[in-house]
Amino acid sequence: MRGKRLFIAVFLIPPLLLYGIFVVSPYAQAFQISGTNWSGLSPTYEFVGLDNFHRLLGDGYFWNALRHNGLLLVLLPVVTILLGLFFASMISVGGRAGRAGVHGVRGAGFYRVVYFFPQVLSVAIIGVLWKEMYAPHTGMINGLLRAAGLDGLAVAWLGDPRFSFWCVLAVLVWMNVGFYVVLFGAAMQSVPRDLYEAALLDGAGRRTTLVRITVPLLWDTIQVAWVYLAIIAIDGFAIVQIITDGGPNSSSDVVGLRLYKTAFADGQFGYASAIGVAMFFLTLTVAVMFLRVTRRDRVEL
Amino acid sequence: MKDRAVPLLSHAFLVVWALLTTLPLVWAVLSSFKSDNEILTDPWSLPSRLRWENWARAWGEAHIGRYFLNSAIVVTGALAVTMLFGAMAAYVLARYRFRGGRIVYFAFVGGMMFPVFLALVPLFFVVRDLGLLGTLPGLTLVYAAYSLPFTVFFLTAFFRTLPSSVAEAAMVDGCGHFRLFFRVMLPMARPGLISVGIFNFLFQWNQYVLPIVLMQGEDAERKWVLAQGLTALAVNEGYRGDFSGLFAGMTIAMLPVLAAYLIFHRQFQSGLAAGQLR
Repeated sequence: MRGKRLFIAVFLIPPLLLYGIFVVSPYAQAFQISGTNWSGLSPTYEFVGLDNFHRLLGDGYFWNALRHNGLLLVLLPVVTILLGLFFASMISVGGRAGRAGVHGVRGAGFYRVVYFFPQVLSVAIIGVLWKEMYAPHTGMINGLLRAAGLDGLAVAWLGDPRFSFWCVLAVLVWMNVGFYVVLFGAAMQSVPRDLYEAALLDGAGRRTTLVRITVPLLWDTIQVAWVYLAIIAIDGFAIVQIITDGGPNSSSDVVGLRLYKTAFADGQFGYASAIGVAMFFLTLTVAVMFLRVTRRDRVEL
Repeated sequence: MKDRAVPLLSHAFLVVWALLTTLPLVWAVLSSFKSDNEILTDPWSLPSRLRWENWARAWGEAHIGRYFLNSAIVVTGALAVTMLFGAMAAYVLARYRFRGGRIVYFAFVGGMMFPVFLALVPLFFVVRDLGLLGTLPGLTLVYAAYSLPFTVFFLTAFFRTLPSSVAEAAMVDGCGHFRLFFRVMLPMARPGLISVGIFNFLFQWNQYVLPIVLMQGEDAERKWVLAQGLTALAVNEGYRGDFSGLFAGMTIAMLPVLAAYLIFHRQFQSGLAAGQLR
């Protein structure tokens, strides 16, 4: 038995040390620092209780950023999941003409590979690429618009407060759809083929099949997808920082970027940690709300 | 006529999205061969010849080569630490009963619930106080630490599914705990290790906020990873007007992973899908 104890200790202690130092202790300290007015320049700081959170409530920049995260939280999952479901059902079971049985459309394999491209690019590459795509003179988008004779539409996409947020949203949708096509596609493979065949025989069209068969059977997967996209929407930091840096005029600011700038540009570490704590509770609230809203009887097969 | 129009529209939509995902990448690669003048006059023109000198400039002068190497070093090291530590902890938590085991398991898995932004400020000071700020080993350890929650969660579930008869037989034959793990259980867990390995590779290769927070300060520039180097290049090239260099840098950064994906796309997709269906 001594050997077993030693074995457990040797295998568990190094990972626990690494995890404790770099993950657990920062998380614990964050709550503590959020109650101080620490500016990082001086080693001394005072506990100010909930002052940072009071200040947060009256901080217009914070609310502005939070509003953008809220919009992302609603729009990003809805748009991405709808597109993902549509593409996945076309690719997996959308084929109709000619061949017997249920199969994907022609070129399904090609689409499946190509849609996944953004998923394997790092977020920095995607950010820089789209910054160049949106560029007013050298960008691909305005180049296309001018070639089509639509010079009036070739605007400064990222330089206009009316468009900057939507440009960011478009990139976030673009980079995420491919993954959910694969995820939903994999889930559809586990749906018995004869269900689709029966629907086909009964004369159900693509849309009926999608709404009546695919969505109810994939409900669990759709929930998972929603949670992941919500996490991405609450974050949003990298793309926003690279493409617009929150501008112009904070028109595309998000909470993560607020935190980063408050900490590492302004040096207000106490206040920045308070923003972090707020983000944590936001995540928690969204998770709990989500679990309450979507609780629904599973379809048993 | 109507019932033919709808499928046609659906197909058109599929094609449009395929163009949306491929054209920007093709555009970046083509632009990396153009001269700045060609880029400025018409974004859609083709390069008049293949200007590999853009690539050389990005690799050397813009230090993309160095950043690439740094990224490779950090991700290789972090992946090795993650997989070893993750497998060790998961194996013990899955196959041994001991006091506190469940608490340790939930401590690891609970890490998945917290947004990394919450830890950002204290993490910066933890790393600084250890003297690891702006160093590759520091970033490596941080990557590995933040990959542990999911790795432990996934591998614990995987080790539980392995049959215990093999382990028992080995024990009867006098095989010790360490030998059992390295010679019997680890090889049996290979499919799980590969899935979670691909997932971790992409997670670590794609990191953005951790390096920009932890790789600052003077002299840190030499230690930058690709994500930082590329965004800095995007900001600087804007001033200097070296657009072709920027596109070349971008192309160099994305081609290796894209090529690996095209070869192993099945494994990539199943690895990632398995990772997110947790």
